[in-house]
Amino acid sequence: MSAGTTTKVNRRNFLKTTAAGAAGLVIGFYLPRNSEALAALPEGAAPATLNAWIRIGTDSSVTIQIDKSEMGQGILTAFCMIAAEELDCDWKKIRTEFAPAEKIYFNPAFGTQGTGGSSSVRSSWDPLRKSGAQARDMLVQAAAQQWGVEKSSLRTEDGAIFHDATKRKLAYGSIAEAASKLPIPLDPPLKDPKDYRVVGKPTKRLDTSIKVDGSAEFGIDMRRPGMLYASVTRCPVFGGKVASFDATKARAVPGVKDVIQISTGVAVVAENTWAAMQGRRALEVKWDEGANANLSSEGISQLFADRAAQPGLDARREGDAVAALSAATRKLEAVYEVPYLAHATMEPMNCTADVTAGRCDVWVATQFQTVSQATAAKVSGLKPEQVFIHTTYLGGGFGRRGEMDFVVDAVEISKAIGAPVKVTWTREDDMQHDYYRPASYAKLSGAIDADGWPVAWTTTIACPSVMNARYPERFKLDPTSVEGIVNIPYTIPNILIDYQRVEPGIPIGFWRSVGNSMNGFYSESFIDELAAAAKKDPYEYRRHLLGKAPRHLAVLELAAQKFGWEKPLPAGRFRGIAVLFAFESYAAQAVEISVNRSTKTLKVHKVVCAVDVGRPVNPSTLVAQSESAVVYGLSAALHGNITIDHGRVTQTNFNNYPVLRMNEMPVIEVHIVPSEEKPTGAGELSVPPLAPALCNAIFAATGRRIRHLPIRPEDLA
Amino acid sequence: MAIEFILNGKPRTVDVEPNMPLLWVLRDTLGMTGTKFGCGMALCGACTVHIEGVATRSCVTQISSIAGKKITTIEGLSPDRSHPIQQAWIEIDVPQCGYCQSGQIMSASSLLAKNPQPTDSDIDDAMKGNICRCGTYQRIRQAVHRAAQLQGAAVKTSQSGSEGNNEIAPDAQPVEVGGAA
Repeated sequence: MSAGTTTKVNRRNFLKTTAAGAAGLVIGFYLPRNSEALAALPEGAAPATLNAWIRIGTDSSVTIQIDKSEMGQGILTAFCMIAAEELDCDWKKIRTEFAPAEKIYFNPAFGTQGTGGSSSVRSSWDPLRKSGAQARDMLVQAAAQQWGVEKSSLRTEDGAIFHDATKRKLAYGSIAEAASKLPIPLDPPLKDPKDYRVVGKPTKRLDTSIKVDGSAEFGIDMRRPGMLYASVTRCPVFGGKVASFDATKARAVPGVKDVIQISTGVAVVAENTWAAMQGRRALEVKWDEGANANLSSEGISQLFADRAAQPGLDARREGDAVAALSAATRKLEAVYEVPYLAHATMEPMNCTADVTAGRCDVWVATQFQTVSQATAAKVSGLKPEQVFIHTTYLGGGFGRRGEMDFVVDAVEISKAIGAPVKVTWTREDDMQHDYYRPASYAKLSGAIDADGWPVAWTTTIACPSVMNARYPERFKLDPTSVEGIVNIPYTIPNILIDYQRVEPGIPIGFWRSVGNSMNGFYSESFIDELAAAAKKDPYEYRRHLLGKAPRHLAVLELAAQKFGWEKPLPAGRFRGIAVLFAFESYAAQAVEISVNRSTKTLKVHKVVCAVDVGRPVNPSTLVAQSESAVVYGLSAALHGNITIDHGRVTQTNFNNYPVLRMNEMPVIEVHIVPSEEKPTGAGELSVPPLAPALCNAIFAATGRRIRHLPIRPEDLA
Repeated sequence: MAIEFILNGKPRTVDVEPNMPLLWVLRDTLGMTGTKFGCGMALCGACTVHIEGVATRSCVTQISSIAGKKITTIEGLSPDRSHPIQQAWIEIDVPQCGYCQSGQIMSASSLLAKNPQPTDSDIDDAMKGNICRCGTYQRIRQAVHRAAQLQGAAVKTSQSGSEGNNEIAPDAQPVEVGGAA
């Protein structure tokens, strides 16, 4: 059966799959083809897949299957809110489970089950509302039948059905079982948004209490009976291989059980993590460093510069920017560059696997469940349906946990040693074997007319392609390579943006806000350069040019108004502003700083954010995510720098890859544009405006334009 | 080597390598995973516990050095999330991914124990060793101030009340919004 058709729950199977005493209504519930419970059932017992998000117990508990990864962004709470809104359930009775790897949970943005690209609310808004409405409709139908009244005479509230005429009331739990026997309605009516009682209301996270007492389980916390612990040493040079190794000393370390070569390096297996790490220190490995052994940051930068000197693939061409530039009298040219960046999630990469003859279990903090499943199947030699992915809480993701290297480690080792194993990466492993935010290089030109308004803008971006790294050679022009500049919203008659793809050989991946993190810096800095050349206020300059971009304009004006742009700053304080579109949403930030030019130090006092994400589902987490994104962007702008020397990463830990700490924290204000539009991306949106707004403020303070990140002391002189 | 110490109020004995860090004894030997591994070099604070009441990085604390000492971990800070720091954390919805929060809470509770009314600058000093990549610093600061208020109210209640219980001001009770996962 396909989605939208009628199905019934096989009650016997359902009882087997539910938690103690929680039988009742399972809306759109199906028995996942590879769920643990189903493994023991005869073939053909499983109903077809439909929606698979809501289960109601006889105790009126409502269990929501969370099919995206909770990595701090608050998706668990947002999903419960969306479903609960239509279901009219009792918020206190909501429980959650992380969903198994299943096709029904595929994210249409990726064609796999995964969390990223700020797509979760966008992609689940419709299915979750529908799922909630279906459940409610069936409960009401069952109550109508039981009471012998018209469905339309009933209303629902807080997990109960009311027949006001006869003052009767039924708790969802008491009718859930009867409801579960009814057909699932195809298109249940959805609420009018003006009646919303949950969506749009600031709501506390559901996962806070377990995160203040140490009980939340992250991937790294997994423990299985008979489990061993492993640490894997990898070739420090990207692409290098093990030439030979001597495990004699490693095996002599107390607690070490085994030393084996796997595809990613050499694994030391021990009775605890510490012993595995100690064993690894004693391990002697000779590496075949391969073709990348001479790569350096300087060489990569030169490669970018050489390629950016040549025209690239057209990403946007309007008017004739080249002719307009050559005809113009007031021209600006600038080169911008940013380095590779590590994700540095607080929870280092890890994975626990148990491979047996006919089954593989993987406990993992992953952003990509079905890719983890396929990877584990390939490595273990089992079929995907024999692989069970157990998603845990993620101690940060930011794109890093969409990669599969840690899954490969654990599954290979468990298969080799025939025991459950947990692989834990050291911080150094995590820092030196990331899939980095690519380094990138931009060559920009602009021309302004006699009144200072731009008449031409050109940009050549030179950088590696993240999308082609993930989906090999699928993209001629990777949209993420130019996002954040290809879509400059300003009214400029002649625009040429082109792209030179350069692949130096350093592993790259998705890093919170992806291409916007680089290109947003270039575009919103360079428009500021044009404003300065025109001797106009950078806020008013942008405003003037945003005539065709009302939502950009609205966030820009909101940020400026809340910042108090019209008022003079106290002596010694300076400000910068930026506005960007990303993930179908809009963000503007105004930053207030002071600079001590003699000590070459900077203090960021305040960041005022304005965001338009369409209809906000949970304004509280939207504020939290915006604060979070500002900190992530500020860490990168002030400190983030992964450098390459002899094909390896120089940085090792938080001592030489510093990130923002409490003492550097500015005050952050977040203002939300009220909107009735469909919800759009929120988690990454507020990363990209930070660097340009900050650097524009530094320009206001010092007259020096920052065109390289991170900001160096000499930039502040 | 057998080492005895007091863990969350109870005597414990472990037989491990004497140079094994307390962090790994807690996590792997004793199965208490609330204390987190972040850097292994006392750079990030995720592994913070109290040794004799003082916030200490357990990733660089050899187990042999704590023989006979009192250790408190996140699991032992309170039996029911009632410590003022935990209450304030819940009230202000501090955590995002939550991974660093055990360490943040242990550092903050140690600060509050010796400095009941910390200033922003005191908070900077006490908390700058704890990294949060989700960027919850603003809420942590707010929550430390709030916890100071809650603790102050509790002290007042305990001084004036006949029973001297540990209850805090009624408006500080966390709103129960249902258990997750």
